[in-house]
Amino acid sequence: MSNEVTRFQDPGLPEHAHRKSDHDAIAANRAERQVAILFLLSAVGTIGTIASYILIDSKKFIYLPILGDTNAQQLALGTGLAASLFFIGIAAVHWAKTLMPDQEVIAERHEFRSSDEDRADFVTTVKERAGAAGLGRRSLIKRTMGVALGLIGLSPLVLLRDLGPLPKNDLSTTDWSAGVRLVTDPGDRPIKPSDLEVGAVAQVLPALPQGTERTLENIGKDAVLLIRIRPEEFNLDAERLSWTHDGIIAFSKICSHMGCAVALYEQQTKHLLCPCHQSTFDVTRAAKVIFGPAARPLPQLALTLDSEGYLVAKQGFTEPIGPSFWERNSA
Amino acid sequence: MKKSERVAGNVASYIDDRTGAAGWAKKNLTKVFPDHWSFMLGEIALYSFIILLLSGTFLTFWFDPSQQEVIYNGTYAPLSHVSMSASYASTLHISFDVRGGLLMRQIHHWAALIFMAAIVVHLLRVFFTGAFRKPREANWLIGIGLLTLGIVEGFLGYSLPDDLLSGTGIRIAEAIIQAIPVVGSYLSFFAFGGAFPGHVFIPRIYIVHVLLLPGIFLALITVHLMLVWYQKHTQYPGPGRKETNVVGYPLMPVYMAKAGGFFFIVFGVTAFLGAVASINPIWLYGPYTPGQISAGSQPDWYMGWLDGLVRMAPPLETHAFGHTISWNILIPGLIIPGILFTGMALYPFIESWMSRDNREHHLLDRPRNVPNRTALGAMSLSFMIISLANGGNDIIATHFHLTINGIMWFTRFGLFIVPPIVFIITKRICLSLQRADREIVLHGRETGRLVMTPEGEFLEVHEELTPEKKWTLTQHEQPAALTAPSEDANGTRSKAGIKGKVRARMSEAHVEQITSPTATEAHELEGGHH
Repeated sequence: MSNEVTRFQDPGLPEHAHRKSDHDAIAANRAERQVAILFLLSAVGTIGTIASYILIDSKKFIYLPILGDTNAQQLALGTGLAASLFFIGIAAVHWAKTLMPDQEVIAERHEFRSSDEDRADFVTTVKERAGAAGLGRRSLIKRTMGVALGLIGLSPLVLLRDLGPLPKNDLSTTDWSAGVRLVTDPGDRPIKPSDLEVGAVAQVLPALPQGTERTLENIGKDAVLLIRIRPEEFNLDAERLSWTHDGIIAFSKICSHMGCAVALYEQQTKHLLCPCHQSTFDVTRAAKVIFGPAARPLPQLALTLDSEGYLVAKQGFTEPIGPSFWERNSA
Repeated sequence: MKKSERVAGNVASYIDDRTGAAGWAKKNLTKVFPDHWSFMLGEIALYSFIILLLSGTFLTFWFDPSQQEVIYNGTYAPLSHVSMSASYASTLHISFDVRGGLLMRQIHHWAALIFMAAIVVHLLRVFFTGAFRKPREANWLIGIGLLTLGIVEGFLGYSLPDDLLSGTGIRIAEAIIQAIPVVGSYLSFFAFGGAFPGHVFIPRIYIVHVLLLPGIFLALITVHLMLVWYQKHTQYPGPGRKETNVVGYPLMPVYMAKAGGFFFIVFGVTAFLGAVASINPIWLYGPYTPGQISAGSQPDWYMGWLDGLVRMAPPLETHAFGHTISWNILIPGLIIPGILFTGMALYPFIESWMSRDNREHHLLDRPRNVPNRTALGAMSLSFMIISLANGGNDIIATHFHLTINGIMWFTRFGLFIVPPIVFIITKRICLSLQRADREIVLHGRETGRLVMTPEGEFLEVHEELTPEKKWTLTQHEQPAALTAPSEDANGTRSKAGIKGKVRARMSEAHVEQITSPTATEAHELEGGHH
């Protein structure tokens, strides 16, 4: 026995196995009828689609198991359309599988690499042509062209400048300032401490000067959550405690992580949860982050009462609200 | 001559008289395409794209991409007289007052989900079978580009209705832009035309969603397909299939009928989903306002992994010199995705570098025969799945009665622990499968039939494999590892030497194999029996 190791040999493409419909006329005719029926089913689907468009009341809802209340017309249109499309597809595939030639054929493949001669010619041509342009010799042209092409991209960038104003200190300011009343959202009614029971939570906004329209941009910065717990439950330093009023504490509702509304308040644990990324804040400890990706507490709004006994801001926020940004200058 | 043949002849000569395309057309109409179910995955992506163009065009006839405040007075009573943006109002109009409008919206959304799913599964097929190897690296890169743009396009698309859920998604996108060091606030103000949410963002992303990105898609898909056409499709190994041929069915008529038919099947299934499976019921969410939110906020699935990474990020921020850097946003939102996509794009080049393989490959690998690559793919996939699971941690928590905290901690550690384990296990499985192949080639298939010899001994009958099957299981190459260049004469390691060592080490891992059985071995075994 020789030491030469021989691998298994490629036996080549297996012999073609004929289908029943290839030699049996009855089977072939049956396949033809099947394809025809499938095409007809598609036609029925189209007719059904058109009929449901015209005949079914577009406001009618029907109850179906699993699906629940469903608009009858949308359902009929959809199933009709689905049938009209699906059966054309099935018909074509069935046709191809039963009646079209199913003999696999072999096509040769050629390596993409050209002959060495062609490649050498190609390289020579490129060199020659590039040489004709004189780029190699005329370095002044090369350099200035580089400068021109390098700069040309700047114009479209500059032209995009008017897409928006500069941020200035917009990200750091809100409409809250000393003496601004807290008003309900919705309703714009001023709030007295007696309006809030212990355990209550409310979304509030700053009262805007008469004649000012409240925009979504205002709400995006000004939204505040007002929460009332028993005063003895607070675990705050003296300054932060002085920002509360009789168990009422206020935080920016805009998450310090990515700006979602921190809307889930759990009364038992006194935790605020942001539904976007589950950052969790402890209300009793000035919205300290106790879980999740947020790196900073929600900014607290200092509260006091005005002469008429309504809740007002003692001062504006002492730090920017919402997600971080490069120019943000406080921890 | 039959009438149909005469008509066909006339059409052919009409075209050829004006283009001289007879030679080209003849060659291409009989072009051979290999058949395999996994080759249909890319097709699903292509067909979903066409469905998206058709259903999307329908939607544009009624959709009003404007953030102008309007008072809703359509038929959906619960939102009657509510102030909302025109884009939300027109989406309600499409859903409730345009016949077939809801259906088209749902078809459009389902098609987008299927489009992305098909791209991902197609990418996995291409990766695990090594179809990205030379000469197809360019198509791999185009594919990565399409995947990336698909994620962006999908996000912009579901942001357009300006409902409470999608508005929250835009808010998060804004926070990511804002977190970019130095220029973040500026970029955000330019994108939104001022403070968030402003009045220009929806109209701006609308034109990107319906014109700019679809245009780029169309161009990239065209090049993608032209390259497939020109380079000819890869094929799975098997009897008669070589690096130098393509075995399959001719384009006309078989492949045309099958592929064309498949388009209608995909469209039909998508339409059926649109008819019966409610998706993105925006009327339940209400119009967007920054002060509100709904529990269980979830992005579409292809964004879920990104959201999951953001959710599990540790609360890290740097505050120094009057500036803030949010690592809790930058790392999961930009840095990790950047590394993942760059690594994915570079993989074909890394593999060819470490195996010094500069040849063309048209025969696909069986994933078990390249254990290292398969394990790497499975590892990356496990990373994505863990991230995705954490993206739905609130939903998982409520459905399976787990705590969000528990899931979050599990995924925080799991993200680092599970992928290496998956790598090792996958590699072991691949090698075991190779062993099983070897066993079955040399000893045949166990038939489960027991026979008693005259001596009273029981033996299980093994059935020898067909030559076709033997070839399929043993045809793959088994390259040897590269050897590291030894130290130079002075005994010092040059820079190239270290590079060479890294390369040799990578190559060693890459070629780890169970030796494939040979005919010689089989023959010797046979000799032993007698």
